[in-house]
Amino acid sequence: MKTTTATLALSGVTKRFPTGTTALTGVDLSVDAGEFVSVVGPSGCGKSTLLRLASGLEDATVGRVDVDAGTTSYVFQDPTLLEWRSARKNVELIGELSGLSKSQRRQAAQEALDLVGLTGFEKQHPRQLSGGMRMRVSIARALVAEPDLALFDEPFGALDEITRLAMQTELQRLFKLLGFAGLFITHSVAEAVYLSTRVVVMSGRPGRIVAEIPVPWEFPRPPELRFESDFAHLVGQVSEALEEHS
Amino acid sequence: MSTELMVEPDIAAATEADPVEPTKRRQPPVLRRIVAKVVPMIAALAGLAGLWYLVTYVVLSEDKRFLLPPPHQVFGETLGRPEIMQPMLAALWQSVQVALAGLLISVVIGMAWAMLMAQTRLLEKVLYPYAVILQTVPILALTPLIGIWMGYGISARIVVCVIIAVFPMIANTLFGLQSATAPAHDLFTLNRATRLQRLLKLQLPAAMPAIFTGLRNAAGLSVIGVIVGDFYFQQGSPGIGGLLRVYTLRLSMEPLFMAIILTALFGVVVFSAFAALDRAVIGKWYGER
Repeated sequence: MKTTTATLALSGVTKRFPTGTTALTGVDLSVDAGEFVSVVGPSGCGKSTLLRLASGLEDATVGRVDVDAGTTSYVFQDPTLLEWRSARKNVELIGELSGLSKSQRRQAAQEALDLVGLTGFEKQHPRQLSGGMRMRVSIARALVAEPDLALFDEPFGALDEITRLAMQTELQRLFKLLGFAGLFITHSVAEAVYLSTRVVVMSGRPGRIVAEIPVPWEFPRPPELRFESDFAHLVGQVSEALEEHS
Repeated sequence: MSTELMVEPDIAAATEADPVEPTKRRQPPVLRRIVAKVVPMIAALAGLAGLWYLVTYVVLSEDKRFLLPPPHQVFGETLGRPEIMQPMLAALWQSVQVALAGLLISVVIGMAWAMLMAQTRLLEKVLYPYAVILQTVPILALTPLIGIWMGYGISARIVVCVIIAVFPMIANTLFGLQSATAPAHDLFTLNRATRLQRLLKLQLPAAMPAIFTGLRNAAGLSVIGVIVGDFYFQQGSPGIGGLLRVYTLRLSMEPLFMAIILTALFGVVVFSAFAALDRAVIGKWYGER
């Protein structure tokens, strides 16, 4: 029996690893359609574990994880591109695995690459692309199957500041355009506030949720939003919650 | 070209931060590249010839000079004499065929073995020790036994080649198959890839560089294998290794040196051919640098 209509719902989730480490304890978290939720927390608090549970890569030790999404996609910390495939072939992989015809998956891949601004770079191999562009390919690959739920595991953590800001602007544009439910892991408070409809703050290990802070602004959000005092105030609020519990 | 690379205005900032353009790097002129490669090679050959003459005429006394006849004598006494060169080239050709057959079989067995081991930890634990045993038992200890079992013909020589050349194929392919990263495996898991899809679209392509390293090593070893096989199995038509032994027993120094030179050339050619293939295929595979 489904207890919720949320796209993603974790109820009373605890995760212990065979090594004895407890990564998460008593986590209740839901992401509804049209929501973009960011999770911030000190390193090692189980943020990535949360995402692996949501994706089904790991099972909860206690509690339940409900996903009500036709397609879930996952963006890794590292772009995780297949080095021997061109940008387009990397995006086409998803269609290959699900058995789409060649013309279908090629068209879908082209559309996804156009969407992330990589028109003209389809034939480039990952090693010929910059870090930011590799991450764009990775995002195109996640969006090509038109997911209802998109999971992001600190995708911009390794990028330089300028690229990172541009990628944030880009991602919230895509969120507005495509309307997937998003769960985004990050260790940057400003990034979480800029991207999200709601920011979830986790404590240090074992991770549990200590605060949920809604973010009011409409999408698409202009890059200048980051310099407004309301924005700074909200960032301060999240940071405070973070410091209190780390 | 540049119009193709135009990007939408809203990502222009990001593109400025990512200044990657698919332009070709400037290459030095062809002639200079060839000269840069050939000159050191000629210098090394000249140095070797010089050293050879030095040993022949300075180090060795007159009565011992037959141990190392000078280069011009080695080439003069062999190249111009069809009764020596014809059987030698025929033997070399036979050895080339045996080595290539052995290499081909090693590649097939080695890759299949590794792909099997890459499926589960248990299979790896069961099968890997046999690969290691093949590698560690000295080939000279096995060769007489192979002769007894299989006779002294071509097939026994191929088996010697395979035993000596298969290990680098197994070890490198396995290493390559296991080199795909954990997130890449997660990607395939999340997209419900079948075992076959995972093997064909992730593990094997990821293994290509390692497979080519294995191929290069196996190629060199199969040359050694065929010489060992020829050397031991004297019945039937001789390979180049068989002639090496005949010349040694007769103390025919000039043909012996010529045969050694041909054998070395054979090894170098096989190794270089696979190294070139490696660069060509892997370079294309991963996109031009």
